[in-house]
Amino acid sequence: MIELFGFLLSGVTVGFIYALVGIGFTVIYNSSGIINFSQGEFVMAGGMSAVFLLKAGLPLGVSFILAILITSMIGIVLYKLISFSKDSSQISLIILTLGFAIFLRGLAEVVFDKELHTMPSFIGDGSFDMYGTTLTYQSIVIMVVSILIVTFLYFFFKKTKTGQAMMAASINVDAARLMGINIKKILMINFALSAVIASIGGILLTPITSTNYEVGIMLGLKGFAAAIIGGLSNPFGAVAGGLVLGILESLIAGYISSEYKDAVAFVALLAILFFMPGGIFGNTKAQRV
Amino acid sequence: MFKNVGLKILAFMFVSGFMLLSAGTIKIGAIVSATGPASFLGDPELKTLQHYVKKINDEGGVNGQKIELVAYDTGASPKKAVTFVKRLINQDKVVAIIGPSTTGETMAVIRFVQRAKIPLISMAGAVVIINPVKKYVFKMVATDRMACQRIMQDLKKRKLTNLALISGSGGFGKSMRKQCKSVAPSYGIDIVADETYGKKDSDMTTQLLKIKNNKKVQAVLNPGFGQGPAIVTKNYRQLKIKQPLYQSHGVASKKFIEIAGKAANGVRLVAPPVVVADKLADSNPVKKVALAYKNEYEKAFHTQVASFGGHAYDSLYAIVAAIKAEHSTNPQKIRDGIENLKNFQGVDGVVNMSPTDHLGLDTKTGMVLLDIKNGDWSIVK
Repeated sequence: MIELFGFLLSGVTVGFIYALVGIGFTVIYNSSGIINFSQGEFVMAGGMSAVFLLKAGLPLGVSFILAILITSMIGIVLYKLISFSKDSSQISLIILTLGFAIFLRGLAEVVFDKELHTMPSFIGDGSFDMYGTTLTYQSIVIMVVSILIVTFLYFFFKKTKTGQAMMAASINVDAARLMGINIKKILMINFALSAVIASIGGILLTPITSTNYEVGIMLGLKGFAAAIIGGLSNPFGAVAGGLVLGILESLIAGYISSEYKDAVAFVALLAILFFMPGGIFGNTKAQRV
Repeated sequence: MFKNVGLKILAFMFVSGFMLLSAGTIKIGAIVSATGPASFLGDPELKTLQHYVKKINDEGGVNGQKIELVAYDTGASPKKAVTFVKRLINQDKVVAIIGPSTTGETMAVIRFVQRAKIPLISMAGAVVIINPVKKYVFKMVATDRMACQRIMQDLKKRKLTNLALISGSGGFGKSMRKQCKSVAPSYGIDIVADETYGKKDSDMTTQLLKIKNNKKVQAVLNPGFGQGPAIVTKNYRQLKIKQPLYQSHGVASKKFIEIAGKAANGVRLVAPPVVVADKLADSNPVKKVALAYKNEYEKAFHTQVASFGGHAYDSLYAIVAAIKAEHSTNPQKIRDGIENLKNFQGVDGVVNMSPTDHLGLDTKTGMVLLDIKNGDWSIVK
């Protein structure tokens, strides 16, 4: 029983990391119907910028804010590329985000370096001991911030005018345009917002996992899986999906074998895609491709 | 008119360039993975090669001839490695090849150098490269098997016979896990737990909890590279596991201590001598070369020395030594020269090649056992 508790707790910790990356996918998908495969690289950009700004001697708060600003700029650049694209079919735009991801990885290799980097946990390296296992302070921060972000998104999309305009744009672009909504501006805000969420994720993850130029590949993949499991259009779904994925991985590593951990997680993903294409919340409205 | 002039100039450049090359320089090829997933290997290797080729040339070259380095970056792709090896052999007409950086790439190119009869010194780790012996293939880097043997020796000495493995699922972790499992029985050591983790995983608590709850475990070994071992080490301390933790030479850099932080204290690991060059005993034959290399690298590139760059240094100087010994730049002669290297003092250890041993590295000098204390290395006596 104690063992189970340990596995579950570890699964929840990892699950929130996946969730934090997954939320970003849902924001862009919600407004444009595009799956942004540079999401993992946004996370990397946030973490790496923060690390290097800190190393340059800037205070903690300033480097975090600058890192978030830099990443949101990258998000806007991606949006500009997408809006300039002559072929605006979703599939070619999705490929464009993939290309952008490779470009960002290469850029990070040149601008920063190829080494691993970390930064100290800003609330201390300590942890709570419980029943033979532990929960680090940093993990708690990640949980709290993830929940804060989805709550913010919920109110943003439901209660603010900009948010509602975004929702309208996602349901029907033409109708929204006719209603006087500035689609271009809405989309740009969305890409920036998604990049901001990703960079917060990158900054929070770095003390736990450390970061380098290619950390985004796996994080992006797991975050994508989390978003799919939760149903791509729902930020809460991404959190639930992340938790499902994290807990599943941990239980499989714990009770069967750590060799099968990744495989089984992706089998679960395939099963969801086959049998519940709208995610565990069954929201099929989001099927746009 | 212009076309004609252009052609003439081109032809002239070609001919004169060719004459220049064939007259004065020794062409040595290098295939390194300077970018991509194995750039941590290839990057310091390429830097080292470029730096020392320049240095050798500034000091007058080898037997009066300058060295010309022809280097290609494979991005760790075996396919590209094959293409570049063919190009080095057929177009660039090099007399010897250094690299590739990884085992997979090396295995892919062996066929071609064997056929073209060009000597190759690989900078990759695995035993399979030189076992069985191939006529034109050498390597001077310590194998993961040697690392396992060194750790098992220590475990046996400390009477810790029940070992748990937690290995990364990358090439490095996989290969070392296999080697450690195969050498363990000869030291009387039982592998009582065998966990793995993905090389990009962010939490290894689950696997470590299983090890913690396994009452038989007396020590834990973590073969792996990159961020994985740092996370394992942090989780290990969080879970307050009491048994000694061993790490592989994959983490033998200051980077590991930086990333794992305080958790790194108390970890025992094996490392190539260059990592602790300044702490080696003066009687150690490797000290002089390793320390000189370390200081020169750190001065030239303003970064901490990585043990991988040393592989490039050793390979380059082995070829130079062979050319000097044979007074010839004929590939066949260079091959013979490398095979006859005796008491060659490299950064990675003392090398004695023979027709039956194309590694030739002495286990004693090739691997050092270290403890991490107060964020620094300390040699285990």
